[in-house]
Amino acid sequence: MTIVLDILSWIMLTAGGVFVFIGGLGALRMPNLYTRMHAASLTDTMAAVLIIGGIMLQAGMTLATIKLATILLFLLFTSPTASNALASAAILSGLKPEEGPLRRDGDAE
Amino acid sequence: MSTATRTVARMLALLIPLVAAWLLWSGLYKPLLLGLGVFSCVLTIYIKYRMDYFQTEVFALQFGRRLVAYWFWLSWEVVKSSLDVARIIVSPSLPISPRVMTIKASSKNPVDQATLANSITLTPGTLALDVYNNEIAVHALTEAGADELAKGEMDRRILALREK
Repeated sequence: MTIVLDILSWIMLTAGGVFVFIGGLGALRMPNLYTRMHAASLTDTMAAVLIIGGIMLQAGMTLATIKLATILLFLLFTSPTASNALASAAILSGLKPEEGPLRRDGDAE
Repeated sequence: MSTATRTVARMLALLIPLVAAWLLWSGLYKPLLLGLGVFSCVLTIYIKYRMDYFQTEVFALQFGRRLVAYWFWLSWEVVKSSLDVARIIVSPSLPISPRVMTIKASSKNPVDQATLANSITLTPGTLALDVYNNEIAVHALTEAGADELAKGEMDRRILALREK
C-alpha cells in the first residue's frame, strides 16, 4: 500500500514540477503581459494542486495533511484575486491587450 | 440592533474563528508566536473594516454540496485547459491568438460574480480583467478558449448554485 502511495505521490510531484517548468518557459516565450499571465497561471493552479497533493500523500492521515489542504484552498482563493489585481492595474495604467494572431518581428505584414 | 453594535458583533464573529485557527494551527504557545497571532488577527480585522466588509454579511460563501460539485467540475476544466495551454507553450510556433471579450454574469449576487471571475482566472487560458455592470471583461489566450467560454456553461453552473 505504501509503495502505491509513494508511486502516486512521485507521479504527482513530477507532473507538478513539469507544469512549473512549462509555466516558467511560457512566461519567457509569451509576447506581452496578459499572455504571460496565462502562462504563469499554470503554476498557480495545476502545479500547485499537483505538488501540494503529492506532499499530502507523503504526509498521510496526519494534521499536516489537513494543514496542506487548507493551504491549497486558500491558495486557490487568493491567487485569482492577485491575478485580477495585476490585470486591473495593467489596464488602468493604459496597457491595452493586443488581439489577433501573434505577429513576430520580421513576419510579413 | 444599531449599526455600531452590528459592526462589532460581525467583527467578533470573524475574530473568534481567526484566533481559534491561529492557536490550533500553530500549536506553539510561545509569546512571540502568540504576539504575531494577535497582530495578524487584528490587522485582518482592520483591513476588512477599511474595505467596508462589516456592512454586509460576514460569511458570504455558502459551503454546500452544490459548491463542492461545482469545484469538481471546475477542477476538470482546469485540467483540460492546463493541458491546452501547456501544449501551446511547448509548441515551437507558439500558436496564440489573444482575444478580449465580455461575457454576461447572469447572477446579480456580488459573491457569485466574484466566483465567476475567479473561476475564469483560475482556468489557464482565460483571465478576468474587470467586473462591471453584470458583465465580465475577459482576456482569452486563444480563439478556441474564448469560444468555449462564450458558450456560458460556467455562468449557468454558477447561477444554479443558489437555486432553491
